[in-house]
Amino acid sequence: MNVQREQKIAFSILFLCTLLVVVPVMIILVIIFVKGASALSASFLFEMPTNGMTAGGIFPAILGTLYLVLGAIVFAVPLGVLSAIYLVEYSQDSFVSRIVKLAIVNLAGVPSVVYGLFGLGIFVLFLGFGASILSGSLTLGIMILPVIITSSREALESVPQSFRIVSLSLGASKWQTIRHSVLPHALPGILTGTILGLGRAAGETAPILFTVAAFYLPKLPTSLFDQTMALPYHLYVISTQVPGIPENVRYGTALVLLLLVLILNLAAIILRYQFRKRKKW
Amino acid sequence: MVGAKTTKISIHELTLHFGNIVALKNLNLDIYNNEIFTIIGPANSGKSSFLQSLNRLNDLKATYRKSGTIVIDGKDIEGLDIESLRKRVSIVFALPFPLPLSIFDNIAYGPRMHGIKNKATLNEIVEKSLQEAYLWDEVKDRLHIPAMNLSGGQQQRLCIARILAVEPEVIMFDEPTSGLDPISTARVEETMRELKERYTIILVTNNVAQAARVGDRTAFLLMGELIELNDTKRLFTSAADKRTDDYITGKFG
Repeated sequence: MNVQREQKIAFSILFLCTLLVVVPVMIILVIIFVKGASALSASFLFEMPTNGMTAGGIFPAILGTLYLVLGAIVFAVPLGVLSAIYLVEYSQDSFVSRIVKLAIVNLAGVPSVVYGLFGLGIFVLFLGFGASILSGSLTLGIMILPVIITSSREALESVPQSFRIVSLSLGASKWQTIRHSVLPHALPGILTGTILGLGRAAGETAPILFTVAAFYLPKLPTSLFDQTMALPYHLYVISTQVPGIPENVRYGTALVLLLLVLILNLAAIILRYQFRKRKKW
Repeated sequence: MVGAKTTKISIHELTLHFGNIVALKNLNLDIYNNEIFTIIGPANSGKSSFLQSLNRLNDLKATYRKSGTIVIDGKDIEGLDIESLRKRVSIVFALPFPLPLSIFDNIAYGPRMHGIKNKATLNEIVEKSLQEAYLWDEVKDRLHIPAMNLSGGQQQRLCIARILAVEPEVIMFDEPTSGLDPISTARVEETMRELKERYTIILVTNNVAQAARVGDRTAFLLMGELIELNDTKRLFTSAADKRTDDYITGKFG
């Protein structure tokens, strides 16, 4: 076979594979948008559900999901980043540390329903937080920890070793070196991990099912110990559990969830862009 | 050389291991104040390992073991805290490694880590260090551009200035001109000659001619062993050991 032909075939296969990945996503987005856009209105976004969820808005679910995502991030990002710093910069390369690293990577693959059960056992029952925003946030936080630790580790490891050596050789302490010569350059990568975690936390249903989500609760939570509605669970409920919900309300809810994740991601991406601009190598 | 020779660093029975590899064997030598002490020798003869044992950068490597003593100004370096040792005994690497910061922030990095926050003081240190490294005139109007934008020779002088900013006592150069063109090399060598008035300089070089040009005393290391140590002029005119003579005349290595 001649080289040109081979090249063309390779290109076509690669292109087709990419197309196969992109097209379904586009179709899903278009369907959700077309079927759901008509439901979007100020009252849909900012009012309580009424009439057994068949009418009114989805405000409590939007707010609930926002609270849960922010709670998960507030809990998981500091914890994840700090433990990644320990693993990369301090821990010696030993059998135990390798097992720990492997375990963390594998935790990312544990089904979310397992995290839900874990949260139910630990936070809801054992610690007595009940079904509450606190329990839900902590459960989601634990679920996204492996993603954040793994991407933070990769970000830290990709900072050139020379930065550390130069800093140390100038008499900076190890912590000063990490603080001033490593962490600033790892921040964009750490934020990428946070973005991934954020999207996942916003969209998961199983972990909140046992720990926080209310079936139908047309009032806003007032404390961390309140139950709340949340978008993914609400979507599940109105799609499968309650008959007679107009189609555009269901797709509208999905659309709102998508947009919410998009907006949160956008905020993180802008932040990351700001950090990258300062990167000078 | 001016005045009486006083000892700055005293090495006694120094042996360095990396795992099973012996990088340096039973080294005994003294380095005097305000001299340029030059170390020559082929690759893998332990030159860089020697330098990095002086400021304990070797300690970063898990397999590193050391026996023997390194004494600076009468004190064993193991007894000094590592940050202040590295501040006193600084190193310029073969490749210039500017931090991904502006020229100003590169120079100010060390002083800032040692607690200097005052803007005026930092300005003063940056200017003084850059002048001492003969870089000031070339960069004074663009101190806030990224240091990575400088040329290779300028970056190497930036690294020298960065070290001068922490006010070291000993400056070690690890093949500082191996990546530089002849003109930049001449500038770095000139800088070294100036610096020896105030600092003790240890120069490791692959370039035998460079040792002859700038060294006060020269040591020849081969496979981790000190073969010969003498005044540079004497070593280059009448080497006592045949291997030294072969190396400096280019018969091997």
